[in-house]
Amino acid sequence: MNVPNERKLTIARAMAEAVAQEMRVDDGVFVMGEDIAALGGVYGNTRGLLDEFGSERIRDTPISETAFIGAAVGAAQDGMRPVVELMFVDFFGVCFDAIYNLMAKNTYFSGGNFKVPMVLMTSTGGGYSDAGQHSQCLYGTFAHLPGMKVVCPSNAYDAKGLMTAAMRDDSPVVYMYHKSLQGMGWLATEPGATVHTPEESYTVEIGKAKVAREGRDVTIVSVGMGVHHALNAAAQLEADGVSAEVIDLVSLVPLDRDTIRASVAKTGRLIVVDEDYMSYGVSGEVIASVTEHDISVLKAAPKRVAYPDVPIPYARVMEQFCLPNPEKIIAAYQEMNAA
Amino acid sequence: MAPTRDEQHWMYRNMVTSRKFEETIAGIYFEGKTPVFSMADGPIPGEMHLSDGQEPVAVGVCAHLNADDVVTATHRPHHQAIAKGVELNKMAAEIFGKATGLSGGRGGHMHLFDADVNFACSGIIAQGMGPAVGAALSRHMQKKPGVGVAFVGEGAVNQGGWHEAMNLAATWNLPFVCVIEDNAWGISVPKEDSTAISNNADRAAAYGIPGIRVADNDPFAIYEAAGEAIRRARAGEGPSLIEVETYRLAGHFMGDAEGYRPEGEKDALFAKDPIPKMRATMLASGVATEAELDAIEAESTARVEAAITFARESADPAPEDALTAVFA
Ligand SMILES: Cc1ncc(C[n+]2csc(CCOP(=O)(O)OP(=O)(O)O)c2C)c(N)n1
Ligand SMILES: [Mg+2]
Repeated sequence: MNVPNERKLTIARAMAEAVAQEMRVDDGVFVMGEDIAALGGVYGNTRGLLDEFGSERIRDTPISETAFIGAAVGAAQDGMRPVVELMFVDFFGVCFDAIYNLMAKNTYFSGGNFKVPMVLMTSTGGGYSDAGQHSQCLYGTFAHLPGMKVVCPSNAYDAKGLMTAAMRDDSPVVYMYHKSLQGMGWLATEPGATVHTPEESYTVEIGKAKVAREGRDVTIVSVGMGVHHALNAAAQLEADGVSAEVIDLVSLVPLDRDTIRASVAKTGRLIVVDEDYMSYGVSGEVIASVTEHDISVLKAAPKRVAYPDVPIPYARVMEQFCLPNPEKIIAAYQEMNAA
Repeated sequence: MAPTRDEQHWMYRNMVTSRKFEETIAGIYFEGKTPVFSMADGPIPGEMHLSDGQEPVAVGVCAHLNADDVVTATHRPHHQAIAKGVELNKMAAEIFGKATGLSGGRGGHMHLFDADVNFACSGIIAQGMGPAVGAALSRHMQKKPGVGVAFVGEGAVNQGGWHEAMNLAATWNLPFVCVIEDNAWGISVPKEDSTAISNNADRAAAYGIPGIRVADNDPFAIYEAAGEAIRRARAGEGPSLIEVETYRLAGHFMGDAEGYRPEGEKDALFAKDPIPKMRATMLASGVATEAELDAIEAESTARVEAAITFARESADPAPEDALTAVFA
């Protein structure tokens, strides 16, 4: 389909554009992290920023995450609006204290006297055989800990608007982008992520889910890459006469429970797709949002298509066995309907 | 203390084997990744960090170690694994994600584990420090011989965990050696932009232990410095810190366009390639003949080729094996 004046961007470019536009109007915004300056980010999301803004505001850091994320907290509390990157979510183990005990708690501990307006961005996801220290999603880990908002775009339009909203938010926002959606030269990208993205600055509301596809028979809820698996499965289900609704959570914290509930009230069936580990995570939370509220809307027990509770293996056959995919979603629907 | 003739032959053999291994992996890595490069494709998917140029550090240190000594290595581990004696067939098979690999394909290139020679590596910066110090603690408490050696990149010394482990090892006077491979780069960030001092060996003063910097990737000087550090550790005299100036001849990972590297830098490094240099030194000093070194090269090539053939011909793991080995 050809849309007049269509302006397709990758998520990487959409993120960089949002940051650049905000830096032009807000002197408090600056970026720091590893390989974000000359390299433009391992995932391209800061490309071009060094050229425009220079090394005072676009700062490569040492591999000292506890220091620079803690420093971002301090700078944010002192009037700056840092955008901080740590290239893989798996690496946060080295600096988690600065995140969940400082960034996430200082607003509360100070009774609102301190604000921590910072954005922490990181990549998630596997599927390309990088093994278990470079392929996790850890959505549930961040979403579990109170005090930080957590967003996760599935396409470039949302990526740009969420980034702008995150930079303008007075609370800390963890911005998680999926590698398979990013549009990097070295990793295949899901085409559905590269969409029309307006040039002018705009925001996408944090805490509001989107109906990515309307349907009547089953609700498939997901986030990030999982949304594309869900849309793919929905297209295949349609050929079998099944009308699937797909909900893109967009934001994990706050979680838009109303949109999930309204959809399931309509369809009566719920499948949650999550590339993060199955247990104690997003998939269980989404299901609880429905079952705690009104279990009578359900025509079948909800299903989860999530990563099994094992570390992520390197070998392709083993990793692919574990990952969510459209076939697993369709199988989940069929099991649900057979029951 | 200079390496003996046999040690020099061993060092040269392992440097050549490592380089041959990396060159072979590099060739295979692009299989299935053309015309459109995607890291997910081909017989060796995922990130690949090659150690070309850094071989002197591995052999100069491991020449003093035996299978009982414990080594932890980094995301760039092949040279160290080879010098530590990791079984090459199983290592290659692991990198190909095969059932016959060291870990049955669960770990891949960044997670090579060989219990027979006490070798492990992992992908997060400075992560090996604690475990190597812990191995040293265990040997000390069990009154068993053996030292713990952690190889890290120069980027890793800015990681908080690095300092904690150094202080712990020094406070408890443990048989531990930290070897910093200073290849001047942490991905795209040059050392001088990330590190407040130029000589990381100076940091030893902060822990009250000896620190030495070895210039110019010299296998003999590395051998000597490591020999003294490991002697001290074995004698119960405590930990040491060594920083080696080495060269990253490849990109950070395969597929790295290296636009951040100053023009001419790589040519200058290739001109100082440690392998031809070591060959020339050994010939000049008379510890080896052309024929002997040619034979070492041929044998190393054959060994690498056999390992790659073993890896290629091995079966994939069963997909559902992903669910096994989570717990002991
Ligand atoms: C805690 C942590 N932060 C960041 C990274 C990403 N990363 C992987 S390699 C690397 C550079 C490491 O540089 P150095 O320690 O000098 O090793 P080299 O790659 O030069 O061998 C970085 C930043 C990581 N793996 N772990
Ligand atoms: Mg380095």
